[in-house]
Amino acid sequence: MANKVIVEININGDPVELLCEPRQSLLEVLRDVLELTGSKEGCLTGDCGACTVVIDGRPVCSCLMLGVEAAGKNVATVEGLASGMSLHVLQQKFLEHASLQCGICTPGVLMSAKALLDRNPNPTEAEIRYALAGNLCRCTGYDKIVRAVTDAAAALAGRTHPAHGTVPSETASGMAGEMLAKGEAK
Amino acid sequence: MAASSSNGFRVIGTRPIRHDGVDKVTGRAKYGADYAFPGMLHGKVLRSPHPHANIKSIKIDKALALPGVKAIVTSADLPALPDKMEAAGEQAINLNHLSMNILARGKALYDGHPIAAVAATSPHIADEALRLIEVEYELLPPVMTVEDAMKPGATILLPSLRNKEDGPDKETNVAAHLQFKRGDVAEGFKQADYVIEREFKTAMVHQGYIEPHNAVGIYNADGHATIYCSTQGSFVVRALSAAVLGIAEGKIKVVPAEIGGGFGGKTTIYLEPLSVLLSQKTGHPVKLTMTRAEVLRATGPTSGSTIRCKMGATKDGKLVAAQCWLAYEAGAFPGSPVGAGAMTIVAPYNIPNILVDAYDVVVNRPKTAAYRAPGASNAAMASETVLDELAEKCGIDPLEMRLMNGSEEGTPQTVGPPFKRIGFKETVEAIKNSPHYKSKLTGANRGRGVASGFWFNVGLQSSATVNIHTDGTVSVVIGSVDIGGTRAAQAMIAAEVLGVDINDVRPTIADTDSIGHTDVTGGSRTCFATGWAVYEAAQDCVRQLKERAAKLWEKKPDEVVFENGMLSPAQPGGELKPMSIKQIASRLARTGGPIVGRATVNARGVGPAFATVCVDVEVDPDTGKTQILRATIAQDAGKAIHPSYVEGQMQGGMAQGLGWGLNEEYFYDDRGILRNTGLLDYRMPTCLDLPAIETAIVEVPTPGHPLGIRGVGEVSIVPPPAALANAIYHAVGVRMTELPMSPPRLLKAILKKRAAGEAQAAAAD
Amino acid sequence: MHAINYEAPKSLDEAVKLLAAHGEKARPLSGGTDLLIQLRAGTRRPEFVVDIKQIPELTRISFSLQHGLRLGAAAPCISIHENSDMRKYYPGLTEAAHLIGSLQIQSRATVGGNLCNGSPAADTTPALIALGAQARVIGPKGERTVPVDGFCLAPGRTVLQPGELLVEFHIPAPERHSSDAYLRFIPRNEMDIAVVGVGAALSLDVSDDRVVEARIGLGAVGPTPIFAAEASKSLIGKTLDAAAIENAARLAIAVATPIDDMRGTAEFRRHVVGVLTRRTLAKAAERAREANQR
Repeated sequence: MANKVIVEININGDPVELLCEPRQSLLEVLRDVLELTGSKEGCLTGDCGACTVVIDGRPVCSCLMLGVEAAGKNVATVEGLASGMSLHVLQQKFLEHASLQCGICTPGVLMSAKALLDRNPNPTEAEIRYALAGNLCRCTGYDKIVRAVTDAAAALAGRTHPAHGTVPSETASGMAGEMLAKGEAK
Repeated sequence: MAASSSNGFRVIGTRPIRHDGVDKVTGRAKYGADYAFPGMLHGKVLRSPHPHANIKSIKIDKALALPGVKAIVTSADLPALPDKMEAAGEQAINLNHLSMNILARGKALYDGHPIAAVAATSPHIADEALRLIEVEYELLPPVMTVEDAMKPGATILLPSLRNKEDGPDKETNVAAHLQFKRGDVAEGFKQADYVIEREFKTAMVHQGYIEPHNAVGIYNADGHATIYCSTQGSFVVRALSAAVLGIAEGKIKVVPAEIGGGFGGKTTIYLEPLSVLLSQKTGHPVKLTMTRAEVLRATGPTSGSTIRCKMGATKDGKLVAAQCWLAYEAGAFPGSPVGAGAMTIVAPYNIPNILVDAYDVVVNRPKTAAYRAPGASNAAMASETVLDELAEKCGIDPLEMRLMNGSEEGTPQTVGPPFKRIGFKETVEAIKNSPHYKSKLTGANRGRGVASGFWFNVGLQSSATVNIHTDGTVSVVIGSVDIGGTRAAQAMIAAEVLGVDINDVRPTIADTDSIGHTDVTGGSRTCFATGWAVYEAAQDCVRQLKERAAKLWEKKPDEVVFENGMLSPAQPGGELKPMSIKQIASRLARTGGPIVGRATVNARGVGPAFATVCVDVEVDPDTGKTQILRATIAQDAGKAIHPSYVEGQMQGGMAQGLGWGLNEEYFYDDRGILRNTGLLDYRMPTCLDLPAIETAIVEVPTPGHPLGIRGVGEVSIVPPPAALANAIYHAVGVRMTELPMSPPRLLKAILKKRAAGEAQAAAAD
Repeated sequence: MHAINYEAPKSLDEAVKLLAAHGEKARPLSGGTDLLIQLRAGTRRPEFVVDIKQIPELTRISFSLQHGLRLGAAAPCISIHENSDMRKYYPGLTEAAHLIGSLQIQSRATVGGNLCNGSPAADTTPALIALGAQARVIGPKGERTVPVDGFCLAPGRTVLQPGELLVEFHIPAPERHSSDAYLRFIPRNEMDIAVVGVGAALSLDVSDDRVVEARIGLGAVGPTPIFAAEASKSLIGKTLDAAAIENAARLAIAVATPIDDMRGTAEFRRHVVGVLTRRTLAKAAERAREANQR
C-alpha cells in the first residue's frame, strides 16, 4: 500500500520535511529515511533504550513511536548533542571515564542522561541509576557510566571534579541495594 | 625495556581517551545495521515455530507473488556438505551441522530454526512475505533436557550422531564423553574428614549483547562477494561463509563493522551466508538484521547444565579429592563447552585426586555458542559453593581455605603441563585486603559470599602492520575487531615501543583483504596475541629506523641506539645530533622509502587468568528477592595496558555473572517453545539492580610475553554466581543449587527451611 | 508490520466518527507502548490506527476537592507523577503509573492504554480498582460509564465494543482520613512486568483507627485484574490491627487464581499476594493517617 505521508519534524533544531509510511517507527524514520543512524535498534519493545531520543524534553524510545506521531515535535538525537567541534560535557565525561565498551548503548544512554541533567542538574546516584534503568548496557556493569554522569553534573555546575583519568574516591557502594532493599521499587 | 617490569612504562598503564571514542559518543560510528547501499534489499528469515519436526514441504509461490518480494531461499539453495569434521579456515567443524543451522535441512531442531529467507524491497514487505510461506511440518517429541536426552530410548535428534563409547551402530544424543583423572579419588575420599556432595542445575543463558546480529551481502557478477557485518572475527565469517556457500574463501571479503557486543556470541555465522545467497539470487545488496526475539530464539546462548560435585577435605582444610560429573546442553548440534567446564571446575586448587566426567548432549534448543569463559561459570557454581560448605565445616575463613589449597606455579593442571607463574593467590589476597572484605556487614538477612574462578585464555594467530608516516605519526593496522578498547590498547603498545605520543598513533581495523589472518576477538586473546604482534611490528619499525639513521650517519645499524623515541649514535659526542622519529620520518624517501613494520604471531605460552570476587546481599525472606549491596572483584591482568578498560572487563563480566546468578534464564514451555523472547522477560541487570563494582587489578606478568599481558576478557564472569549463592547462604541459611536463584526458587527454599525448623521445634516441644 | 493508515483526530466528535466508521478495522493509539509491539508481532492487525493524543479531553488531568479527579485516558504516566494533586491525593495510583517501564516508557504510556490493553498484569488497574474508579466510554451508541473493576473480561479483552473509546476516568475526591497505595513484586528493581500487584485504598474514621471503607485490587494473579471484594469487606468496621490485616491477606489469596509462567509460579504468586496485601494495607493506612494533616 503506497500511502506515504509528509511529516514535518524539528530534528536537532532544524525543521525537516520528510516522506514516510505510517507504519514506520520514528526510529526507522531517523535511521532509514534521514540516515541518522546514531539511534540504535536493540529490541523494538522498549526494553533496552538503545533507541532513546529526547522529545520535547522527555526521553522516549523511538522504536515505540510512529514517525507520523512525531509531527510538529522537537526531536533531539545523539547527532545533535555536540555543538560544532565541542562535545557535550556528557560525551566528554563518557570518554574520560571509559564509560563505553562496545558503544552500542551509548547514544541512548547519553540521551537519557541529558534528559535527566536538563531537568535535575544535581542528581544523586540513586536518581542517576533510576533515570538510566531503561537503558540496558551489557558491557560495563554501569559503574563507569554512573561515574561519568555524576562527574558531568559536577562539571556543569562548575564544581570541582576529578581530573581526567582519575576515579572518584568515594564509592556509594550499595546505593541501589540500600534504596530498594525490600523489593518495593521507588 | 624491562619486559616484565610493571614500572618504567611511559604510555602503558595510563588512561588515554580511546581513538574511536568521539565516533561512538556522537553516533557516527558505523555498526553493521548502519550500512546502506544503493538498490539494497532487505531480508527476513522464516523460523520454525516447533522445537522438533520433520519438514515435509515448503511452498513459496504465494510469498514470491507479493509485490516487492525478489527472492526466497531454502536449504535446497545451499550445497550439501559432508557430515564429518572438516577444516574450515582455521577450525575443524562439522560443515553439515553448520549448514543445517543456517537453513534447516529436512528437520527443524529448535524453536526458531531458520527454514527460509526472503529478500524484498522493504523490511516490512519481507516480513509480510514470511506469513505467506507455507511449511508443512510433522511434529516430533521435543527433547529439552540433558536428562531426557540421555535416557535409554530417548527420541533422537540427529540420526547420524555417534559417540566413541557407544560405537558406530548406536544412535545417541550424547555427542561425546570426556574424562579427566589424577590420582585415585576413592583413596582420596578416604583421607577426608568432611565430604560434601551436591547436584546443581544451571539454566541456559544468553550473552545478551545489545546489538542484534546483522549482515549486508553484496555478490558481484565477477563471482566475488563482500560481507559487511558486526562480528568478533572477520576471518571466521569468511571461512565459514565460504564453506557453507561453496565459494572459494579468497572470493569473499569481510568488512568488520563496529560491533555492539558479542561476549562470544558473534564468533560464528547466522545471517552472513544468507545475505550473500540472496544477493547472488537478486543481483542487489541484501541486508538482514535480527529482531531481539530471533537473537534469543536462534543464536547461540550458552549451555544449561546438570553438575554433580563431590569434594573432600581434611579437618584442617586440605582438599584431598574431587569427583565431578557434568552434562551440558549443546543445543541442536554437538559442541557444548562441557570440556572447558570439566577442565576448569577445580583448576584453582591443588587437589591430588580428581575424577571428572563430562557429557556433550544435543537437545532441541538453539546450538550453543561461546559465552565469556564458556562452560566455566556453570562449573564454578558447583565447585565454589561446595568449597564454601567445606570451609564452613572446617571452620576456616573461605578465603584462607582458597589460599591453603590454591594453585600456584608448578601445580598440576587438570590437563596439560603444570601452571607457570600465575596470580591466583594474589587475587585472593587482594580481596582479603580490600576495603570491602575488611568492612563489617551488619543487618538482618544480609550475607557476604566469596568465590574464585579460572579461565585458560587462548593465544592463536594475529597479524599487525605499523606504518611510520612522513610526518612521524604512526598507524597501526590490525585484524582484531574492537569490542571494547582494543584500538586504544594496541595504539598504546605501539606508542610505548616507538616512544611517540599516543595521539600520534592511529589504530585501524582492516578488512580481510587488507591484513593477514587474525583470529577472533575472543578467548581473552586480543590484547595478549594481537598486542604481541603489534609489539613485534613496532620493534620491526625500530630495527628499520636504526638502519635509516645508520645510513644517514654512515654508521652500522648496531652503532645506533633507540630510546624514548630518539635515535642517537651509540657513541655519544661528535657532531651527530639525536633524531626523533618525526625528524627522520621526513627523510625516509632519501634513505630507502617508507617504513612499514610487520609481524605475525601464533601466540604460545598464554597466561591463564584468575579472579576472586566478594558480594554482599540482602534477601527479602518474604519474597525471596535478593538485592546486591556491594560487589568487588580482583583479577590478574598480567600487565594492565589501559587500566580503565581492564576494569571495564572486570566490571562487565561481574555484572553478567550476577545476572546469570539471579534472574537470567531461558524459559521453555512444555511444548519446547521459548516463552521469554524479549528483554522484558529475559531479565538482564539494569542500572538499578547493581551497585558500584569495585575493582582490584592484580599484575602477575605472563612469563614469555614481551609485556607480561594476560587476557582479561573472560574470567570475571566465572565466580559471581557462586559468590552470590554463598552470600545468600550466609544471609538466610539456604544452600541454593539451581541457577538462577530467582525469587520463586529462593523463596521456596526459605519456606522449606522454615517449615523444617518449625517441625523440628514442634518435635522438641 | 502490515501497512496501516494513521488518523489523528483533534476532537472527541471526530474520533468517535472515525472509530464508528472503521469499526473493528480501527484501533485507538494512545502511548503505543503495547500497540506497536502487537502490530509488529502481528497479534493485532488493524487497518486504521487512530491516534487519540491530540484530543484535549483525553490528555487532561483535572482535580478539585468538590468534583474529584478526571484523568484523561491518554495522559502520559509521567504527567501523572509530575502532577502535585495526583501525588498528594492519589499516591497509590501515582506510584503505579510511575512504576510502568522506564522513564522512556512513562513518557508515552497511559493509564487508559494500560487498561484497554487488557493485561492482567497492568500496574495501574489494581490501583484504579482500589480507588473505585469509573471509566467513561463513548461510542457510536452514545456514552456509558463502566466501573474499572468490571472493565477487563479476559487477557487482551475488555468491555469495549468496536468503535468505542475510553475517554477518561472519574475518581471521587478522597475523604480526609483516606489514602491509597500500590506495590508490585518484580524480580529486578525496574523494567519488569508485575509478577503480583496489589493496590489498596483505605478510609479511616476520625480516630484513624477503625476502617470506614476499604478496597483492594489485585494484579497478575488471574485472567483479569481482580477486585478482592471479600478481603476488602472484611476490613470495614474493623480496627486495622495485625489480625485484621492477616485476615484480609488470607482472603485476598483466596480469590487469586494465578498460573505458572516465566514470571513466577502459581505457588509463589499466591504467597506474594499475601505479603503485598499486608505491606500495601500498612502503607495505605500510614498515608491515610498522614492525610489527616492535609
